[in-house]
Amino acid sequence: MADIVARDLSVPVAGRQLTLHKFARRKSTIAFVMALPLILVVACLVIYPAFYSISLAMMNKSMQYFNIFTSKNNFTFLFGRPTFWMVVEQTVLFAVTAVIFKALIGFIAAHFVHNLPAQGQRKWRGMLLIPWVIPPAMSTLAWLWLFDPSYSAFNWVFAHLGIPQVAWLGNPYWARFCVILVNVWVGSPFFLIMYLAALKSVPEQLHEAAAIDGANWLQKIWYVNLPMMRNIIQITALFSLIVTFSNFDIVKILTNGGPVDQTHVFATWAFQWAIWGNDIPLGASISLFMAPILAIAAFLILRNVSRRGNEA
Amino acid sequence: MAQVALRNIVKTFDRTPAVQGIDLDIADREFIVLVGPSGCGKSTTLRMIAGLEEATSGEIFIGDQLVNDVPPKDRDIAMVFQNYALYPHMTVFENMSFGLRLKKFPKPEIKERVQVAARILDITDLLDRRPKQLSGGQRQRVAMGRAIVRNPKVFLFDEPLSNLDAKLRVQMRTEIKKIHQQVTTTTVYVTHDQVEAMTLADRVVIMNAGRIDQIGSPHEVYHTPKTQFVAGFIGSPTMNMLPCRLVENGSGLTVRLSDWLSFPVPPSRAARYRPRVGNELTFGLRPEHIIEGRGEVPPGAAAFQARLDVVEPMGMETMVYFVVDGVEVCGRVNPAAAGRVGESMRLVADLNQMHLIDPRSELVL
Amino acid sequence: MTTATAEAAAGHGHRVRSGSISRGRRRTLYWSYFFLIIFVIFFLTPPLYMFITSLKSSAEISAATNPWWVYHPTLSNYIDLLTQNQYLVFFRNSAIVSVCVVSLTMLISVLAAFSLARMKFWGSATLATGVFLTYLIPDTLLFIPLFKTFAFIHDKTGIELINHWWVLIILLPTLTVPFCTWIMIGYFASIPKELDEAALIDGAGYIQMLTRIFIPVALPGIIAATIFCFTVSWANFLYPLAFTTSADQLTLPVGIVTTLIRGDVYAWGQIMTGALLGAAPPLIIYAFLMDYYIAGLTAGATKG
Repeated sequence: MADIVARDLSVPVAGRQLTLHKFARRKSTIAFVMALPLILVVACLVIYPAFYSISLAMMNKSMQYFNIFTSKNNFTFLFGRPTFWMVVEQTVLFAVTAVIFKALIGFIAAHFVHNLPAQGQRKWRGMLLIPWVIPPAMSTLAWLWLFDPSYSAFNWVFAHLGIPQVAWLGNPYWARFCVILVNVWVGSPFFLIMYLAALKSVPEQLHEAAAIDGANWLQKIWYVNLPMMRNIIQITALFSLIVTFSNFDIVKILTNGGPVDQTHVFATWAFQWAIWGNDIPLGASISLFMAPILAIAAFLILRNVSRRGNEA
Repeated sequence: MAQVALRNIVKTFDRTPAVQGIDLDIADREFIVLVGPSGCGKSTTLRMIAGLEEATSGEIFIGDQLVNDVPPKDRDIAMVFQNYALYPHMTVFENMSFGLRLKKFPKPEIKERVQVAARILDITDLLDRRPKQLSGGQRQRVAMGRAIVRNPKVFLFDEPLSNLDAKLRVQMRTEIKKIHQQVTTTTVYVTHDQVEAMTLADRVVIMNAGRIDQIGSPHEVYHTPKTQFVAGFIGSPTMNMLPCRLVENGSGLTVRLSDWLSFPVPPSRAARYRPRVGNELTFGLRPEHIIEGRGEVPPGAAAFQARLDVVEPMGMETMVYFVVDGVEVCGRVNPAAAGRVGESMRLVADLNQMHLIDPRSELVL
Repeated sequence: MTTATAEAAAGHGHRVRSGSISRGRRRTLYWSYFFLIIFVIFFLTPPLYMFITSLKSSAEISAATNPWWVYHPTLSNYIDLLTQNQYLVFFRNSAIVSVCVVSLTMLISVLAAFSLARMKFWGSATLATGVFLTYLIPDTLLFIPLFKTFAFIHDKTGIELINHWWVLIILLPTLTVPFCTWIMIGYFASIPKELDEAALIDGAGYIQMLTRIFIPVALPGIIAATIFCFTVSWANFLYPLAFTTSADQLTLPVGIVTTLIRGDVYAWGQIMTGALLGAAPPLIIYAFLMDYYIAGLTAGATKG
């Protein structure tokens, strides 16, 4: 259609070249103009800051000169600080653990919901998606209140059951647990929905064939569902990895990185240095460490997505 | 209403030639059918007439106007798509009137045209429905209505019946023929189904691998095919084709099919075939020209015995299959006379209808 | 495909007569309900707790009675928040920002998506992939350079970009435009090309095709994208936190977190009420338009 018109410009026919050129150029200029706002937004608000970030990371604190090639630059500073390595370890730990649990819960819950009669599924799905709908900042406040050192509702229940009280956000290990828990709470519904959609697209005939071949429910899941859902599982996990890795809201509100910097992630630590510590270049260099993981994940997603396209 | 002319149309997609030089003249009010297997270039040719594809070279005339550079909406054509392409969010009335509304026709005229078309197609009570509420046949009618309403110079049909079930297809075929008798617009119809081609066309254009193999009336392409492809494509069940050798002996020319089967060439054909004596050729004969052998053998025909391999009772007739040197040959016999599998049956071949094909050039002699 | 397999897998039809389901199926069903109830408890406890706390007076909260039950329910928290100017200012800021961001985003996205999905031009395929990739760049990476850029602009031109809520209208599209464009490209691409061609033959130009055919037919996608866009703008926490500081410029999420926590005194009743009210708009939209909401979610990844 339109694309053929544009393509055939390469084989012009004598005498008609002029009008053809004008016509096709008009169409593709309209197309370009329509896409222009998008290009502007992406260029100015995404591409440019991304590159500026790299540039900032190479400057000194007062942003007056580039100190990247000196021995005292942002990166040597970071690599020398034990807190930095803690932040690396924490971010990776949170991201990986949270994604694994989110995937598990999502996978299991999706199967259960899929088992229900059709019109009941809607109700349950509706209820189970709520954590994702509530703005994460709001729900993190709720969790903060649930983990409050003096008034924790969980501790109240524990007291009544004779279980010792837990310093949820005061103890570093429990604090990390809480961050992961809230992450899992917020993100599982996303996995649930994606896996449910993927489950529905597995042809029932495969299950029937497996049943005839003698498979029980576990084997059906392992040999039929899992392979058929493999693509969605990978894409969802990668998406979620990116989001969890760069997560800010939950850690900021729940622990603000504490206690003693033991729950800081790249995003919150960068924020602290840049906004509170007034050291923008350092903040920029910290946040840049998120980039490699994001790039790898993005590459894998793209490869997966295009593979799906070819299969379909 | 106008004639359509294609002059040496070539279309290449990324160095793959889809259409390799088409010359075609379609007369005003003619119903012409482009038929051929998938990939032969018929749809591409149709889309070039419509302006949805640009010809790599060659000229397209609608009426007397050279339309290569004219966009579809200015060519005064209307198209019926294989998947109907009805606008799902509009009612039938709105679908049919969309083109007119875009051209800012006055409302009363739009209403009148739609009503007339709806009456021709018998869809007047569907005008307020949405496409998803309609059956396949009804949607097809609406698609045709959309075309009729525009009152164009040419109708273009792109395999419109392919998505319908067999019974509906037969029904709609007749409908289309009736509509063409009423609305006598020049029509270019594309299909891969040779039955549709034969029943609907004033002339049939048989395409193969981007070229036109033959243009002719249904009668012509059926009885006097020019190439092996046309001979094998037209007619159902397909023409029997067997390798043979043309020999001459005392009694005249004979077509030798195998050790046990030879047919005498009737005198009407002898002159044409004599120059090819001694050659290895392909022998073609349609199944309906191999019938049960009863009583006298008419002139030009030959009787023979064959052991039946498969017998297919079709109700009105029975298809019998026998093997000649490894090739399965089909004949059409009266059910009452049909033999049983394994039995030897007497059959008569009407050789006045035979064809000999040169295997290298694939042209019918 | 989808509903058929769901119904086949889930049992036969709507009316479930106990005799027609085998014991095995019934047991699976009970286990499913059992586990699902556990999941629901896990997922719904925090919002429920928010609601319970919001009905408590601060006296009751500090009395440390059963946190899971309200003994003297009171609407004082709600009244306080809704009559206090400050909270309403937060709400207003959030609302205006979100509505503006949604309008701006949808305008940009629909135009760009139509252009990329249908009207190919040089580089359009790369651009489409590029758009998808920019969605993967998180706001946590971008806010620092943007902050510096705004400060820089202020120094050079005196235009004060920091500490104004309307700056968010410029910033938030970063997060919404890529994904909304991506969703719309998916929906537009799924419209059969024959519809374009029929419209072309009927005489439509490109703008007419967009407005009279593509937008109406892809309306579910547009609604889904709009909902997604609204939710993201409403819930965004980082950008307002970084770019606005004075109380009257804050949006809702930031406002609640920062102002209701005065020093060491946490007015939990009000905080929970504020949080609940802050969660209300997305929840209400979700309640009424759940299917579009979910469609927006799944569109990005499954439409590949």
